[in-house]
Amino acid sequence: MELDEHLFRREAGRIVATLTRIFGVQNIALAEDVMQDAFCRALEVWKFRGVPENPSAWLMTTAKNRALDVLRRERTACTFAPELGRLLENERILAPAVEELFHTQAIQDDLLRMMFSCCHSRLPEEAQVALVLHILCGFSVDEIASAFVSSHAAVEKRITRAKKVLAGSKRLFEVSVADVSARLPAVQRALYLLFNEGYHGASPESAVRVELCQEAMRMVRVLLEHPLAATPATHALAALMCFDAARLPSRVDLSGNLSSLFDQDRSLWDSGLISEGQSLLELSAKGPELTEYHVEAAIACVHSMAQRSEDTDWGTIVSLYDTLMGIQQSPVVALNRAIALGQRDGPERGLEEIRAIAHRDRLAGYPFYHAALGQFEFRSGRLEIAREHFRTAQALARNTMERQFLERRICACKGATSAPLADEQNDQSTVEARSS
Amino acid sequence: MSEYVFLYRGGEGGRSPERAQQMMQKWMAWFKEMAEKGHVKDRGQPLERAGKLVNGKQKTVTDGPFAETKDVVGGYTLIEARDIEQAVELSKGCPIFEVDGAVEVRPVMKLNM
Repeated sequence: MELDEHLFRREAGRIVATLTRIFGVQNIALAEDVMQDAFCRALEVWKFRGVPENPSAWLMTTAKNRALDVLRRERTACTFAPELGRLLENERILAPAVEELFHTQAIQDDLLRMMFSCCHSRLPEEAQVALVLHILCGFSVDEIASAFVSSHAAVEKRITRAKKVLAGSKRLFEVSVADVSARLPAVQRALYLLFNEGYHGASPESAVRVELCQEAMRMVRVLLEHPLAATPATHALAALMCFDAARLPSRVDLSGNLSSLFDQDRSLWDSGLISEGQSLLELSAKGPELTEYHVEAAIACVHSMAQRSEDTDWGTIVSLYDTLMGIQQSPVVALNRAIALGQRDGPERGLEEIRAIAHRDRLAGYPFYHAALGQFEFRSGRLEIAREHFRTAQALARNTMERQFLERRICACKGATSAPLADEQNDQSTVEARSS
Repeated sequence: MSEYVFLYRGGEGGRSPERAQQMMQKWMAWFKEMAEKGHVKDRGQPLERAGKLVNGKQKTVTDGPFAETKDVVGGYTLIEARDIEQAVELSKGCPIFEVDGAVEVRPVMKLNM
């Protein structure tokens, strides 16, 4: 029997979440040890005897048995979850109680509870994201460090601190009506950041890390399965991820080059994910709440509906960006709005709008700001100026893919000796920046 | 054809779930490749890393084995190969080397010799 890709990672989150529920949040390290142990056993046994019929159940049972061993051995030495106290005194009821805690529905709730616990208000956002990846997605410190272009030591420190805060919270987050709605925005935000790190991340090796996007989508689906967490905003966030993920197959072309929204081979877009996005977007249109996820998903939806880039309904996109500016004013959103305006009304208008961005200086270190300037100058036929902008952008680029992408722009400036043709929509490569 | 035992020493783990899964998939691919070529007589068994050591005339029982972690036998496989050279060649495909483990290749004694 073949194993699902990333099965161990997926199960790791479920196992740690459930074990932490049993051992108590102060014993999260113990939960992780037991989880590691279950995987070591799986590795040892399966390589000789083959993968069992139901690998997930095998892992869960192994973890459960180990948990029982630990509870029996440590019952006096350790303080476990308070609700376990009574059970620990009586072996006869301990095993069935633990059995109950490993029930499928209970595990699903544990996952949600753990997700909300990781997004503790006393933790900075980057620590929340790291904790979600570590505990719920089973990423090791090294794997997180490489995903976030950080050193092992830095990530380890961040996670250790975060776990201390978690342990200090005394108990896991209780998924109740009032608490869920209070913390849900933080959870959504962390998953949004996780997805974006995969989609627009600053990794030196690759501009796109599909894995991170997949993990974020998996976690959003957990939210969607819970009635209290499946709010319109969660649906909108899920829709946004679907639309963006649908374009992942074309974001990097066959030669490994980063491909802009304008150059992408749209036939590669995943139509299944696009229609899933559309259904989710419909479900998100309930109630009075309009979040940035709604608007961003709507923008992504408009893009997904254009068969060719020149078919894009820029008028609608501009008005959506106007709405987005009302919800979340940031220079990056303003830049995207300016780009959309430039697409609708021509490059001079685009340049004008970029120059009018409030706090424009905050974009100075952002490569795609310079690339956008370059692109509009290019379209206006000022090739020298365009090339300078592309060079600045290239110097700020964060990985080889971005650098090569901008190199092609620089070459295009040399190649076009006279003013470029008026209709060169096909050769546009503006940016797809994201407000993160 | 002669028989050889592979004893796997040390090389436990994979410190992240993803690594553990990758390691296991490599092991299975390696076994599969050897089996397809008819070299696997018995895939063998994994062994617990800790057990008891019964020793001496007094038959003293202690927790064992005493060897360092990197030397502890974690499992065995019965292999068929033309000669020791071929058995050694086969062992080189074992993923255990990626995690600082070792394979001990031991010929099974032939009775007719």
